[in-house]
Amino acid sequence: MTALLLRDLKLSVRAGGGALIGILFFLTVVAVIPFGVGPDLNLLSRIGPAIIWIGALLAALLGLDRLFQADRDDGSLDLLLMQEHPLVLTVLIKCLAHWLANVLPLVIASPLLGLFMNMNEVSIGAVMLTLLVGSPALAFIGAVGAAVAVSLPRGGLLVSILVLPLTIPVLIFGVSASYAAVQEPAPFLPPFLILTAITMFFAVIGPLGAALALRNGGD
Amino acid sequence: MTESLAITKFSDLANPTRFLSLASRLLPWMGGATAIFFVVGLYLAFASEGDYQQGETVRIMYIHVPAAWLSMMCYSVMALSAIGTLVWRHPLADVSHKAAAPLGAAFTLIALITGSLWGKPMWGTWWVWDARLTSVFILFLMYLGIIALNRAMDDPSKAARVSAVLILIGFVNIPIIKFSVDWWNTLHQPASVIRMGGPTIDGEFLRPLLVMAIAYTLLFFTLHVMAIRSEIWRRRIATQRRVAARMASRES
Repeated sequence: MTALLLRDLKLSVRAGGGALIGILFFLTVVAVIPFGVGPDLNLLSRIGPAIIWIGALLAALLGLDRLFQADRDDGSLDLLLMQEHPLVLTVLIKCLAHWLANVLPLVIASPLLGLFMNMNEVSIGAVMLTLLVGSPALAFIGAVGAAVAVSLPRGGLLVSILVLPLTIPVLIFGVSASYAAVQEPAPFLPPFLILTAITMFFAVIGPLGAALALRNGGD
Repeated sequence: MTESLAITKFSDLANPTRFLSLASRLLPWMGGATAIFFVVGLYLAFASEGDYQQGETVRIMYIHVPAAWLSMMCYSVMALSAIGTLVWRHPLADVSHKAAAPLGAAFTLIALITGSLWGKPMWGTWWVWDARLTSVFILFLMYLGIIALNRAMDDPSKAARVSAVLILIGFVNIPIIKFSVDWWNTLHQPASVIRMGGPTIDGEFLRPLLVMAIAYTLLFFTLHVMAIRSEIWRRRIATQRRVAARMASRES
């Protein structure tokens, strides 16, 4: 399992720009927003957490269609399906590797974008914390979409369409927790705990569904 | 004993020919009952009194509410079929959830459009991003995603199994829709018919609403059986074409 984790990490870091391309996409999405809504710093600081969350959500979807497809192309997916370890565990490890290589850099890059958005320190910290807790759920939900679309030749767009509606609860509670940290009357903890609960819920459901889809979708 | 009898009856239906003969016997009755309930329901809907606050627009409810119920029930039917596909490998379950997806999308669209038409005079806006409306809209998007996934794959049985997984994962949205009006403060009114402690809605409105709900449910099942039947026919034709093509290539 550790070997699989290390292999996936190495593959995704070394192939095609690795984590940098995700960060670059994240940066570009967030940088485009001020052109759309205008360079009003007050407005930007108000909608900043939401924009960073949406940018991270879109960037997390980027490498998703390759999650199982690359393995399928070189045949190692069949080996993973045939080995004795439970497939659910394998999928979980692959999700973790995907998260470490592609999503964690986004979390680390988010404070910089927070500065661009004229957010204060508390708000930046809250966004980073909620992203850290909420983004694994994006990887787990994404694994289901990736597994469902694994055998499709152009699955990337379809994966996004299938996955985005399911990620909305994560977005809702992530953004509301980040806002609650700044705006006084709203308590921070309840939405944050619900976000944690969503992540844990999908940590169970996501790999299960993805394993089921891989078993059934294999040819 | 009775249970095993029920199971054998149910697995009898796995034979498409038996299903087709049963469907051809049932469909005229179901269609007739649907028509009768729709006539009675629409008559009641127009004969009942208007609300003292909402006036005549309250009649939109008789179209809107059953469609919204059906949009959720259709997803539940699809989820049950998905379990049938994955657990029992019931061949008709494959066809069933594939055939139900466009119907569900249509009912959801009806609910969204009539709700929008009702929202304009009542709330003063076509659309608000509140919890109930947004979650139903997401349901609509999920129906379209499932249809797209089904279309994207060539092998029908593989497409059925893979989309069954997706349907089951997406089922988390159904409780969210049902309880969204209780969990969040929204513009949409809370449940007033199916709730603990009996309906709060007046009998004058409840009667046409229930008749319309029965009519919609019958309509759904009639269309569903018809869609399953045409899907079976379509697959048979595809098989026959393949056989014919093989014969032709062998001759030449």
